[in-house]
Amino acid sequence: MRQECPCGGNPKTMRKSLLALVLCLGLAGAMLAQSGSVQINAGGATFPTPMYTKWFSEYNKMHPNIQINYQSQGSGFGKAQLAAKSIDFGASDVPMTDDELSKAGFKILHFPTIMGADVPCYNIPGVTGTLNFTQKALAGIFLGTITKWNDPELAKANAGVKLPAEDIIVVHRSDGSGTTFIWTDFLSKISPEWKSKVGAGASPNWPVGLGGKGNEGVTGTVKQTPNSIGYVELIYAVQNNIPYGNVQNADGQFVKASLTSVSEAAAGAAKDMPDDFRVSITNAPGKGSYPVSSFTWLLIPAQIQDANKREAIKAFLKWMLVDGQKDVEALTYAKLPSNVVAKETKAIALVQ
Amino acid sequence: MGTIATTTGPAPAPSRVQVLLRRMRDGDEIAHLITLIFAASILVVTAALVYELWIHSAETRSQFGWKFLFTSTWDPINGIFGAWPYIYGTLVTTAVALVIAVPLGLGAAIFLSELAPPKISSSLSFVIDLLAAVPSVIYGVLAVFLLEPLMRSTIQPFLKHTLGFLPIFTGPAYGFGYLTAGIVLAIMTVPFIISVSREVLLAVPQDMREASLGLGATRWETTYKVVVVYARTGILGSIFLSMARALGETMAVTMVIGNVPKVSASLFAPGYSIAAVIANEFAEASAGLHLSALIELGLVLFFLTFILNGIARVMIVATSRRGAGASRQ
Repeated sequence: MRQECPCGGNPKTMRKSLLALVLCLGLAGAMLAQSGSVQINAGGATFPTPMYTKWFSEYNKMHPNIQINYQSQGSGFGKAQLAAKSIDFGASDVPMTDDELSKAGFKILHFPTIMGADVPCYNIPGVTGTLNFTQKALAGIFLGTITKWNDPELAKANAGVKLPAEDIIVVHRSDGSGTTFIWTDFLSKISPEWKSKVGAGASPNWPVGLGGKGNEGVTGTVKQTPNSIGYVELIYAVQNNIPYGNVQNADGQFVKASLTSVSEAAAGAAKDMPDDFRVSITNAPGKGSYPVSSFTWLLIPAQIQDANKREAIKAFLKWMLVDGQKDVEALTYAKLPSNVVAKETKAIALVQ
Repeated sequence: MGTIATTTGPAPAPSRVQVLLRRMRDGDEIAHLITLIFAASILVVTAALVYELWIHSAETRSQFGWKFLFTSTWDPINGIFGAWPYIYGTLVTTAVALVIAVPLGLGAAIFLSELAPPKISSSLSFVIDLLAAVPSVIYGVLAVFLLEPLMRSTIQPFLKHTLGFLPIFTGPAYGFGYLTAGIVLAIMTVPFIISVSREVLLAVPQDMREASLGLGATRWETTYKVVVVYARTGILGSIFLSMARALGETMAVTMVIGNVPKVSASLFAPGYSIAAVIANEFAEASAGLHLSALIELGLVLFFLTFILNGIARVMIVATSRRGAGASRQ
């Protein structure tokens, strides 16, 4: 090979040395990759995104060779892209159904990460206190059978509150969402009529109400519309200081949503936790448990061919269950109960 | 060229390749080729779009057939899909938008091109072009916080009180609904109509105006009967451009339309549009049938735009022919 003299100003030489530089950089990159840099692509649920973003960046700080990219595009995206193998692992607010699992063609494991809850928020001129919602009242309002705020079903649980004789305007999410799934899952459990007429899903055929886009769309509409009621995620209501009501749980108690009452719902359900972790904890037993709570899951393939990726994902799961959980409450999510953590730690071995 | 080649004798006639090469050197052929590729790429993209929408909507097309277009139940949980409320909502909001935006936009364009002093005209046009570049989500936010409360507390009760005998102005005033969405669309599309119509009106030759005035027409008669008539093809073009924007607008519409898949005669009622439901439900549509239904909605919107554009073309051709005939008589 002919040696080029590095004389400046000659455009031909410049071009060649640039080429050499690019080649060198490429080679260096390739070497770096060989020395154990792992790029993992993940995606799915939007609800836990703030937590996941924090975890993945913290984990990257401790292990600079492991980079997890998370695309926050919705639970449906997470399930579909994982089944199509275009991401390494997925995330969803809704567990995969048996049908979805069998269609995927390979084994997928569910790992609960954190918990959240939905709360009923309302705007009734003249009412400032926290309202109590019986299960019958919530189902009736969203089915359209209870249409006035002074309905006896509402009045009997709110003695001393002067409820107006106005029409109730229901506000729901218009975009398909895990929040809606949790809400309709709860309504399906407490009302046979809801179960047969509407059912549980991310985009149900609502009997009544206006649709708002996103948590902000629902709260915006509720705030603008007198005598309205909607549902939003607990963290959203807390961070934006929106008033929300107590919901009657399976034991008949009116419980306000909080990190403790959500964790309690999980603990109540954890006793009967199935081995694949696909469990709904809405309307969970326990005196203090908040009934509209849910896990959110990471969806991990049971078999990961690439050994580097496999070990990185397993190590991340272990870290998430112990150290990761310490960051959870700072972001107003509820922590996993210790018995669930223990069960999940054992399940990590199933990833091969 | 051929005769030159024969008279010079020994030099052979330039072959096709040589002609091509010479034209390449001149740049003609290259420009021809490049622009051809650019023009063809549009066709390729359109064809690919229709193909993809068609293939991926196979599931709902075979299951529901034409019923998909004319039934009104949309229930993803139970796998029942009817698109009529969305088609209806898209057409109604677009119609409301055009009814408001066309007279407003055309009037403003006439003022700017015919009546306003040039200084005012050019500075106002600058502002209007700025408006056309505002992202739709900004219009949506303004609509939620300013227009919606105004509609609920003032405009809708007023319309109900004065024009309440019309079925389109009945029912409870939520603020969210077809009318609010249509007004937002009108606000968003007016800049297009003004901007394009003004350019077209300015392009009318000065001779036309002078001839009309010379024949004794007043200024308004000249504007109305000569200038606007001369520019009508371009004005229609601007209207159809804004119609296309209104049909496909997503963000601003979903923020104020109420997002309820029901068909109501009243403009006060909440409704839904095709673009809005696709944006709302696409991310969580994991089940095959639901996804297929949303993709078929995309196909429906494509054909809706195609048909309305076709009607627009026919109208333009018809008016220009009538105009040509009239001027010949």
